[in-house]
Amino acid sequence: MASGIKDKVAILGMGCSKFGERWDTSPDDLMVEAYIEALDDAGIEPNQLDAAWFSHHIDDIGAGKGGTPMSIALRLPNISVTRVENYCASGSEAFRGAVYAVAAGAADIAIALGMEKLKDTGYGGLPATNYGTFGPQIGPSGSAPGNFAQLASAYRAKHGVSAEDMKRAIAHVSVKSHANGAKNPKAHLQKEVTEEQVLNAPMIAEPLGLFDCCGVSDGAAAAIVTTPEIAKSLGKDNLISVKALQLSVSNGLESHHNTWDGSYFHTVRIAAKKAYAEAGITKPREEVSMMEVHDCFSVTELVTMEDLFISEEGQAVKDVMDGFYDADGPVPCQIDGGLKCFGHPIGASGLRMLYEMYLQLQGRADKRQLKNPSIGLTHNLGGQPANNVCSVAIIGSL
Amino acid sequence: MSEVGISSIVGYIPKLRLLRKSVAESNAWLAPNLMGKGKGTRSMANWDEDSVTMSVEAARRLLGPEDDRSHVDNVFLASTTMPFADRLNSGIVRAALTLEESTQCTDISSTLKCGTTALINAISSVQSGKSDYSLVLSSDKRKSRVGSSQELDFGDASAAIGISNKDIIAKVLATSSVSVDFVDHFRAPNEEFDYNWEERWIRDEGYLKIIPKLVNNLLKENDINPSEIKKFILPCIFPRVPQTISKICGIDPENVVDNLALNVGDSGSAHPLLMLTHVLENAEPNEKILVCSFGGGGDAILLETTKLIGKFKNEESISALLDNGVEETNYMKYLTFNDLVKWEKGMRGEIDRKTALTTLYRHNDAIIGLVGGKCSKTGTIQFPASRVSVSPNSPDIDTQEPYKLAEKRANILSWSADYLSFSVNPPNYYGIVSFEEGGRIMMDFTDVGEGEIESGKDVKMVFRIKAIDEARGFTRYFWKAVPI
Repeated sequence: MASGIKDKVAILGMGCSKFGERWDTSPDDLMVEAYIEALDDAGIEPNQLDAAWFSHHIDDIGAGKGGTPMSIALRLPNISVTRVENYCASGSEAFRGAVYAVAAGAADIAIALGMEKLKDTGYGGLPATNYGTFGPQIGPSGSAPGNFAQLASAYRAKHGVSAEDMKRAIAHVSVKSHANGAKNPKAHLQKEVTEEQVLNAPMIAEPLGLFDCCGVSDGAAAAIVTTPEIAKSLGKDNLISVKALQLSVSNGLESHHNTWDGSYFHTVRIAAKKAYAEAGITKPREEVSMMEVHDCFSVTELVTMEDLFISEEGQAVKDVMDGFYDADGPVPCQIDGGLKCFGHPIGASGLRMLYEMYLQLQGRADKRQLKNPSIGLTHNLGGQPANNVCSVAIIGSL
Repeated sequence: MSEVGISSIVGYIPKLRLLRKSVAESNAWLAPNLMGKGKGTRSMANWDEDSVTMSVEAARRLLGPEDDRSHVDNVFLASTTMPFADRLNSGIVRAALTLEESTQCTDISSTLKCGTTALINAISSVQSGKSDYSLVLSSDKRKSRVGSSQELDFGDASAAIGISNKDIIAKVLATSSVSVDFVDHFRAPNEEFDYNWEERWIRDEGYLKIIPKLVNNLLKENDINPSEIKKFILPCIFPRVPQTISKICGIDPENVVDNLALNVGDSGSAHPLLMLTHVLENAEPNEKILVCSFGGGGDAILLETTKLIGKFKNEESISALLDNGVEETNYMKYLTFNDLVKWEKGMRGEIDRKTALTTLYRHNDAIIGLVGGKCSKTGTIQFPASRVSVSPNSPDIDTQEPYKLAEKRANILSWSADYLSFSVNPPNYYGIVSFEEGGRIMMDFTDVGEGEIESGKDVKMVFRIKAIDEARGFTRYFWKAVPI
């Protein structure tokens, strides 16, 4: 039995660019922005980095393939740079690579950096891309909102939720995130919205309106990790360590076998159980202080509350409406504004989530600062409900 | 020699019926002379239908839901609007119907009488003993210029006929053909539209001379008295011309069959077969039926119903198809579906739709035939088949046996109506469809009416155009779900 990652690796420093429509900023510039902050936060020099992981999803409108874009942009000292891509969970994958390298003793200090430049597409939303030569011959020429929207139809059918109640609950998810994002200077969208605005927004993919969808942005985020011992030797205290890192990947059961009912994320439940076990968490609803989840769409966040075992099955609508996940609720969710307000520069998002949890745990979250959080969870999901990769990471005070 | 004839026959008319009035009124400023044609409706194929898909649909209705279709010895596909000039169109149909590879497939084209020519070929095949069962398919989806009379005259439809030497509902008494290079219209390769000559000449020198000669010869050679003809089928867009011909030939004008012009329009090569379907669905035993067609000459086929006609009943008859149509008043939708206007497809419409032909061939059974796999160990059904079974906790290797899904019962697990992604007919409906016996597919829906989709609702599979690669002229096909 593996001993797990708990407390073997600490975060030495983190950085996050301003997210948004960075028309005047290149992919390289975005990387540099996150990198400088992380390096400064860590208090180290570039030549102290032993290895790098670079997450980047859409190379044809971004920085290109391979590890060279990061190495060249940051002028890294010819260390290893491994590009990782795992759908929208790519950022968490970069973090996992760097953390495992340190835990394995292959590197003393490693950096994970994720970047995506989405606003060079020419239109809103994610770019339409092909996915192999077989998939497009049978799969719908759909979109991310169309894929995730299907959660709502299946969830409603399973739990007997009316279309109106579902629409109102997912609207509350977005209203809450906008309220949080309004307090975050790095967020793309920094305006509060009303429930009425959300409910009356143009339809994107039934039942998801415009405000049920996350923004589309450019951005980058980075984490520098090391062992707790090295961190202390560098004069760091108030250390934040990695408690759990789990990744679960669909094997086709959801999309090919009739046992899955379409209303939840099979992989999230598996990753969450493993992460809680790795972190030693037995009562997540009580022990998790706060979460950053993959709210690519409001309905994704709603069902994820159950899949992370915070809400009981079938109770997410009630918990959401009760304000359980609001900033002043028992388990604040998307306290930085989430994907909803940051947008989703794909390769960066997983690291951006960790950045907020890290700031909160260190008491550096300014106007958004929660009271004495001790455990932060990030949930980073790529693909679509029927076919996805799910990362659950937990960090906390050492 | 045993009797040869029709053992079954069925028609397919797309759901949408374009209101001619909306067309005529839109074009009145341009073509006020066409206002008089603005009556009734014409059938209008969905954007994802063409002569191949409509033929597949008719054939499926003819052959029924049984997996075993091994009795089909050959396929004759007739159309003047084949999607491929060089790719065996009937071969696509064969694969979609999961007929055996040894099924001989023939495309017949280049004239509007090709539907009846295919029928005559099939009859000859069975009569000669080369086959016991021949499948005849005919379909047309003809394009016409905006503001033309063809736009109002034409319709989209298909028909399927089984020719056999047993269980005959209408036996073949005689067939006859003439080839005349009478060019009433023509369409050169790569041209979208017909070029038409003067209607009065077509009527007087074409129909009124070629068809009577053809009919008279056939009746005379077979010693049939014209008064014996109880139904006379001749597609013709000119009013009263079939009646005039019937009089010339000595056939009772009262026995001229309605040409479905008011509700369907002229479906080209399929039309005589579609009219024949309508006739046989309402026929009595021992009726002599004469089917004629016009185009590059003409064909004539004389049939006589047997006593089995009394038991003949299609699940969805032509009358039912006429009743089940959905009126479409939006002429712009017709123009868009048929790519007759340069419309804004958005950047999402720019995605490269190049089809990897190697991939298409490797997965031909799955893509064209909707054949999945069934694990011989656990019985798990899945789509597509894979070397490692998807059975939970039992990833058995190389246990998959082919399993046909196209005719299986299915329902909607999850869905959305997507306004963001590219679609010729937004919103783009798609979702996960679960088959009752096992297996599921994330797939497109089509022919969806407002409020017709909900989780748990039953669907049926239809073979449709998946996408058109305009850069290379390649039509990509797959199956879609239609709410029922």
